[in-house]
Amino acid sequence: MMTKQDRIVRGIVYALLTAGSFLMLAPFVWTVSTSLKTQQHVFDVPPQWIPKPATLDNYVDVWSKAPLAYGFLNSATIVVFVLGIGLFTAAMAAYTFAKYEFRFKESIFMALLGTMMIPYSVVMIPQYIGFSEIGWVDTLLPLIVPGLFGHIVTVFFFRQFMQGAIPSDLIDAAKIDGCGYFRTFVTVGLPIAKPAIAAQAALGFMGIWNDFLGPLIYLHTPERQTIQVLIASMQSNYISTSNYPSMMAASIVALVPVILVFFFAQRYFIESMAITGIKG
Amino acid sequence: MANNGASTAKPVTGFKRKEAMWCYLFIAPPVIGFLIFGLAPLLYSLRLSTMEWDILTSPTGVGLANFREMFADEKFYKALFNTAYLMIGIPLGMIVSLLLAVMMNRPLKGISLFRTAYYIPVISPIIAVSLLWQWMLNYDYGIINEWIWQLFGVQGPNWLGDPNWVKPSFILMGLWGGVGGTMVLYLAGLQGISTTYYEAAEVDGAGRWAKFRSITLPLLSPIHFFVIVMGVIGTFQSFSQMYIMATDGGPEYSGATIVYYIFQEAFKYFRMGYASAVAWALGVLIFIVTLIQFRFSKRWVYQD
Repeated sequence: MMTKQDRIVRGIVYALLTAGSFLMLAPFVWTVSTSLKTQQHVFDVPPQWIPKPATLDNYVDVWSKAPLAYGFLNSATIVVFVLGIGLFTAAMAAYTFAKYEFRFKESIFMALLGTMMIPYSVVMIPQYIGFSEIGWVDTLLPLIVPGLFGHIVTVFFFRQFMQGAIPSDLIDAAKIDGCGYFRTFVTVGLPIAKPAIAAQAALGFMGIWNDFLGPLIYLHTPERQTIQVLIASMQSNYISTSNYPSMMAASIVALVPVILVFFFAQRYFIESMAITGIKG
Repeated sequence: MANNGASTAKPVTGFKRKEAMWCYLFIAPPVIGFLIFGLAPLLYSLRLSTMEWDILTSPTGVGLANFREMFADEKFYKALFNTAYLMIGIPLGMIVSLLLAVMMNRPLKGISLFRTAYYIPVISPIIAVSLLWQWMLNYDYGIINEWIWQLFGVQGPNWLGDPNWVKPSFILMGLWGGVGGTMVLYLAGLQGISTTYYEAAEVDGAGRWAKFRSITLPLLSPIHFFVIVMGVIGTFQSFSQMYIMATDGGPEYSGATIVYYIFQEAFKYFRMGYASAVAWALGVLIFIVTLIQFRFSKRWVYQD
C-alpha cells in the first residue's frame, strides 16, 4: 500500500543512490582505464574512458621493474603469522576474561584497554630504537612479533562476543567430565567463537595488508618491503614521475587482493564494523 | 560465572588454584605484549624527549630544550593547524553518511550492491587510493578538473600544487574513502530504533522532518559520539596520504600533519629526541581532547 508520495520518494532515493555509487566507483574505473593506456594517450584531451589502443604493457612494466612478487610474499608472511598466532592468543585471553573469575581481573582488563589510547607515533620511535639495537631493522620481525601477543582491540571484541555466546553451563559440564582448562577452551570456546574469529581475521587482513607507516620505517631493501611500501616508492625508484599508466597499474596490483578478500568475506566486514561501532 | 557453586567443598580449592594459574597463563600474552611494546616504549619515549640523539653518536641530555624548540618552530604550528583543518572532514562525512544511511534504511532492491559500492573505498589500501587521487587531481590532465571544465566551463584549482587547495583535496578524498564506513554504522543504528516512536509521533501529526529531527537524530547520538571520537583520533594520526600526495609537506608545508612532521624529524633528520618530544605532545593532546569529549558527552549523548 504505497502512496503516490512514497513512490516519488523511492524514485528520488534510487536516483541519488545510483548517482552516488557511480561517484564512488568512477575513480576505480578511471584507474583501470588509465592503467591500460599507452603513455602517448594518457594525456589526451578530452580524456578517453575506453582506452584505444588498450595494452597490458604497463602491468608487465611494473612487474618487471619492481620486485612486486617479493612484496606480495612479504605482506602475506606478516598476515599469516600475525593472524595465525595473534588471533589464537587474543581468543585465549578473551575467553578467560569473558568466562572466568580471578584476582585483579577488572584492573588488568582496564589497563589493557588503556593502551588503545596510546597513539602509534608515540611508541614508534622507542620501538624503532629497540628493534635496531637487536638488529631487526630491515627484517619483517618488528612487524610480526608485536602482533603475536594478541591485539587488545581483538581481545575486547572477542570478549564481548564470548560473554554472550558461550554458555557457562557448557564449560561446567566439560569440567565435570574432567576436561582440562586448555581442552575446554579448544573444544568448547573456540568453535563457538568462530564467527567472531572470522570477522576479526577479515578486518585484521585489511589492517595488516594496508599498513604503511610501520613497514615504511623498518623495511629498506626492496626485496624485503611489503607491497604498500613498494608501490609508494614506485615514482621515486622504478618509473618516471609522470608515468601515470604504470603508476595506476601498480595501484591496481595493490588493490586486487584486498577487493577479492572483501568480496569473499563481505558479510563479516560489515557485521563486525557495525558490532565494534555500537559496542565500542 | 563458570566456577560458581564449586567454591565450598574442600578438595576443590586445589583445583581452583590450578584454574587460576591457567587464567593467568591465558591472559599473559597480551599483558606481556603491553609491557614490552606499550608501556616500556611509552616511558622510554618520555626519557628520549629530554635528550638529543641521532642514534649514531651517544645521546646527550638537554632538559626541556626540545619542548622549547617545538613551541618556537613555525613548522610545528603549521602542522598543527593543518591537522586541525582536516577535522572539517568529520562533520561533513557524518552528514553525507547519515543521508546515505537514511536513504538506504528501507526495503530496496539491490541494496547490497549499493552498500558494496560505498564500502569498497573504505577497504582499499590508502597508498593505492592516494596514487589514484593524485592522478585524478592533476591540474592539467586530471579527470576532476576535466569534469569541472565540462560542467561549469571554468578551469579547476591546482589541487595539490596550491597551498590553499591541498587540505580541501585531502578532505575530499577522505570523504570518498570514509562515508561508506560511517554509513554502515548509522544503518545499524537506524535499524535499532523502535518503530513505536515514529508511530507515536505520527499520531501527533509529526511530518518527516520533525520525526527525523526529534527522534532519529537524538537516538543516534551514541553513534555520532563514536564517529566524532574515532574521527578526531584518526585525523590526529593521519600520515600516509600526506606522504604520497604532498612531497616534503607540500607547497609551503600546507599538507603536512603532526605525524608527518614527527616522521620527518625522526626518520629523515634522525632527531630521535626532538621527534619523541613532539610525539609526546601529540599523545597528550589526543588524550586531553578525547577526555573533554567524554566529559562533554554526558550533556548530549542519549543513554538508554
